[in-house]
Amino acid sequence: MNQPATETRAVIIEREISFPPEKLWRALTQPHLIEEWLMKNDFKPVVGHSFNLRGDWGGVLDCEVLAVEPNRTLSYTWNFVHDDAAYNLRSVVTFTLTPTGTGTHLRMEQSGFRPDQKQAYGGAQAGWQKFFANLEQVLARAD
Amino acid sequence: MPNAHDLLFRTLADPTRRAIFERLCRDGEQTVGALTARAKVSQPAVSKHLGLLKEAGLVRDRHEGRQTHYSAQLGALSPLIDWTSQMAGFWQNRFDRLEDLLKRMDQ
Repeated sequence: MNQPATETRAVIIEREISFPPEKLWRALTQPHLIEEWLMKNDFKPVVGHSFNLRGDWGGVLDCEVLAVEPNRTLSYTWNFVHDDAAYNLRSVVTFTLTPTGTGTHLRMEQSGFRPDQKQAYGGAQAGWQKFFANLEQVLARAD
Repeated sequence: MPNAHDLLFRTLADPTRRAIFERLCRDGEQTVGALTARAKVSQPAVSKHLGLLKEAGLVRDRHEGRQTHYSAQLGALSPLIDWTSQMAGFWQNRFDRLEDLLKRMDQ
């Protein structure tokens, strides 16, 4: 791949949620709820707050809250420090909530990867096992 | 390396072989016997699949007495795993859990 070293990449996931933004916001910002769908954490919805996300594979992500706009936008850094540069990861995750007639349009963008971070998926090798189901998707797309 | 890609895809295209590889990824190192006990094919067939996985660099074998232990070599997958699809899969999975949680939450 011939890409400039400064290029960042982004993952964007969008989903229609059949609940109002207020309820979704609670799931995104209350630690005991975050733990249920994402990871163990000591999150606080306060700009500048540093916290960790702890994966069940043992990996720990270093995060800092960048933006909090209740029921609309939540953004934090998502960094994984690893001795092996291939696993090092510096990224920013931003959730954007837009009310719809039937619920909420949820958009998640994760950006800021460098091109050399081929394996930067938020965990070390063991973490990969947790996401194994994705291999089938990769294979399906490759056909 | 397109050839390495081809070999990986070809090797993992077979569902039985992929199931063996997945089991090694999930459960760690295992003997041929243990793998056969949970596979739907005979021991020679399991051994053949393991041989092909080994050729592709996806498993490593370790001899101990009369037993051969096999373990998954996740690093071999890196050529075919692009982080964007990896991370996208991660978030899709987490959003499934998020939706489940929202259904369970009170208003």
